[in-house]
Amino acid sequence: MIGTLYYRWRKIKSFIMSSLCFLSAILALIPLFIIFYYTMSKGLSSINWAFFTQMPKPAGETGGGMANALMGTGILISLGSIIGLPVGILAGIYLSANRTTMFARAVRFLTEVLNGIPSIVIGVVAYIIVVIPMKRFSALAGGVSLGILMIPLITRTTEEMLNLVPHSYREASLGLGIPRWKTTLFVILPAAFKGIFTGILLSIARVAGETAPLLFTALGNRFWSTQLDQPIASLTVFIYDYSKAPFDDWNRQAWAAALVLIMLVMFINILFRFVTRKRYA
Amino acid sequence: MVSFTKEQIEVPKSDEVKTSSLSVLFSRLLKPGGKNVGDFIFENTTRLFAFILLSLVLLMAYEMFSKSLPSIHKFGWGFIIRTTWDPVHDEFGALPFIFGTLFSSLIGLLIALPLSVGIAIFLSELSPHWLEQPVSLLVELLAAIPSIVYGLFGIFVMTPWLRDKVEPFLGNHFGFLPLFTGPPYGFGMLAAGLILTLMILPIIASISRDVMKAIPGSMREAAFALGATKWEVIKIVLSSSKSGILGATLLGLGRAVGETMAVTMVIGNTPGISSSLFAPGYTMASVLANEFTEATSDLYASSLIEIALLLFVLTIILNAAARFIVWSVTKKYKADY
Amino acid sequence: MLNMTEETEVVDETIRIRIENLNAFFGKTQALININLNIPKNKVLAIIGPSGCGKSTFLRCLNRMHEEVGGKIKGKILLDNQNIMERDPVELRKMVGMIFQKPNPFPTMSIFDNVTAGLRLNGFRNKKKLQEIVEVNLTKAALWDEVKDILNQPGINLSGGQQQRLCIARTLAVNPEVILMDEPCSALDPISTAKIEELISGLKKNFTIVIVTHNMQQAARVSNYTAFFYMGELVEYDKTANIFTRPKMKQTEDYVTGRFG
Repeated sequence: MIGTLYYRWRKIKSFIMSSLCFLSAILALIPLFIIFYYTMSKGLSSINWAFFTQMPKPAGETGGGMANALMGTGILISLGSIIGLPVGILAGIYLSANRTTMFARAVRFLTEVLNGIPSIVIGVVAYIIVVIPMKRFSALAGGVSLGILMIPLITRTTEEMLNLVPHSYREASLGLGIPRWKTTLFVILPAAFKGIFTGILLSIARVAGETAPLLFTALGNRFWSTQLDQPIASLTVFIYDYSKAPFDDWNRQAWAAALVLIMLVMFINILFRFVTRKRYA
Repeated sequence: MVSFTKEQIEVPKSDEVKTSSLSVLFSRLLKPGGKNVGDFIFENTTRLFAFILLSLVLLMAYEMFSKSLPSIHKFGWGFIIRTTWDPVHDEFGALPFIFGTLFSSLIGLLIALPLSVGIAIFLSELSPHWLEQPVSLLVELLAAIPSIVYGLFGIFVMTPWLRDKVEPFLGNHFGFLPLFTGPPYGFGMLAAGLILTLMILPIIASISRDVMKAIPGSMREAAFALGATKWEVIKIVLSSSKSGILGATLLGLGRAVGETMAVTMVIGNTPGISSSLFAPGYTMASVLANEFTEATSDLYASSLIEIALLLFVLTIILNAAARFIVWSVTKKYKADY
Repeated sequence: MLNMTEETEVVDETIRIRIENLNAFFGKTQALININLNIPKNKVLAIIGPSGCGKSTFLRCLNRMHEEVGGKIKGKILLDNQNIMERDPVELRKMVGMIFQKPNPFPTMSIFDNVTAGLRLNGFRNKKKLQEIVEVNLTKAALWDEVKDILNQPGINLSGGQQQRLCIARTLAVNPEVILMDEPCSALDPISTAKIEELISGLKKNFTIVIVTHNMQQAARVSNYTAFFYMGELVEYDKTANIFTRPKMKQTEDYVTGRFG
């Protein structure tokens, strides 16, 4: 009889532990919903057309918007892409074509290293190589830091997507007397394009949410500026500045901006997972 | 079936296909049987950009090192154990920040690890198939939330909660422990640790889930066939996943030590070493975020850059160790199967 | 080793490709051992043999695709008395086309663009000419009537047999003189196979065709000459009728009667 008693205990223990695992899933997702809930409730009220199109008002005055911050983020992302896309895609093409050479392995390893470096450290580097020589904070420096952040993601995605294209297409193209480089550029790359494009979108989503590297490269700007050699506003730094301020109105605007940011980032992430999931169906 | 003779059809001969005269010129100039010029240009261009990537990382390391030299020369290895941070008198030491980074990350890790493993077990072993994808997606969405939004959540939602409910409770009931001494500000180590928990949880959970799913089903079947309960089977799967989970943990730790905005906004930004969770602190990433633009003297800037260098080295070690472990574990199962 | 000129009647034909002392390697492994063979013009040569005997490797030497996967070639392969090893492989492949086992039309291109791919990607731009070329070659490949109204649709939307005929049209459009086929029907259903075999019979009037096949009945149906490979060596080479009814080597006889392979 001790046998069945022990067996029952084992079953109970199994049930308890399984329930704990289920509970941890719930526990982890609660903050996700809380964050969404608070961002929505605190931010939604401040979202209106004026918020998107107006400039920030001087301290103490209520109202105003983040038009310059939105544009600044747009400019910074574009600059980052100009740096990140060519390096990422071309390096990715190289890595896909050279699987085993020592050089390729070193590049692959360093890409992973680059991926793991905290964005604030990248900001420091951008400060050293752009801000110091230019003797000023600038949108360019911010763009450089974002570009560096984008490189490892795009390189890895490009390499993986190119490797997924079946070898037979390369064979068919070469068999027709099409040179290797045209095969890569006009047959293989287009076939991998969808995956690479969504990888690019994903890296844009990542850098759109970055604050730390911008703090001492692009700095921030309360006025409208499109000049690349001047400090520039950004969505994330806007949220940071307005969250620290003692004004309720500004805090509300911070939540609203956070709502916009989260919507953008979530949308791109879900899109990416949807597209890459379908591939394997 | 219609048949044609070659002479009847006006189609371009092989020669006529080469209408790009430049490429014809080049291919005639090159030695016969040699490489296409287009290939040469293209392949070397891609090689060049791969080289640019490589040099970029090396350049980064070099620049940070060279700009930290003034600080390294002045303080040497002692920089890591000095506790003074006095910009006015140009005296700097990194220990409070190293402590802050490690302590907050450790708290985050201690709470995140059991939760993440629980989630991984749920997703890999317990969840019904239709539930697995949505829950996985939700967990991964946690990773996509930008740091600044976590920070906002931290300032306005979490720290008031900690200050008004959690910390008084802990202080009243467990105040005899040095962990829970001091006034409850809300802001401080505990807040930073909890925020970090949320941020590293998805990393550890999704990698652990992948590691567990990679273990062949035959192992589970064998255990069930011997009469094991669900939990006992899970324990067996876990023991095989140990190194993979360790790798995931290191990756999470790597993320935690580098985390800047969310931590800066809730940790209190006061350098100091204290055993209490309620005390405010300062991390390496936070001091960089807050003081980099204020650095008035060259030595100040150099010390900050040295801190960035330390952070850089720390994350490289953690990431390399983690990737190596994860790679060797998944490779082992691919080889066996 | 067989002496080609004495024991076969290939000597009466015009020779398109002469293979002399061909040895092919994959790293340390030798895949082909001292092959000597003459391929006659405008006829179909079938290459048969058990799995792993080197027939695909042999085919891939003829358009230098073997080197694309890291293989090495020693020996001479003369196309119209010019050694192809001294020629630019890219130019060579415009004269020696290849059809693969699994149909592989380019996934991002329409039917029209697939047919013209080999020309367009080498700089040929004349739009009117391209339209003519598409119609002519799709007709040659016995596919025109089935696709003439859907030329803008993606090539991969077609059935397996249609895709393979599209690949044939694509290869024909470049106007090669020799067409290599690596088990072109093994991934297809019997009806598509029959269509393609009929196609081959029509094409051989204008093209030199070398077809690798593991299906002996197919070799017997479509080819004029057959070469039997075994373990990297050429065992026997003769008119198809002779190989299947009066093989001279015992290995050949064992293979064609089904005793092994």
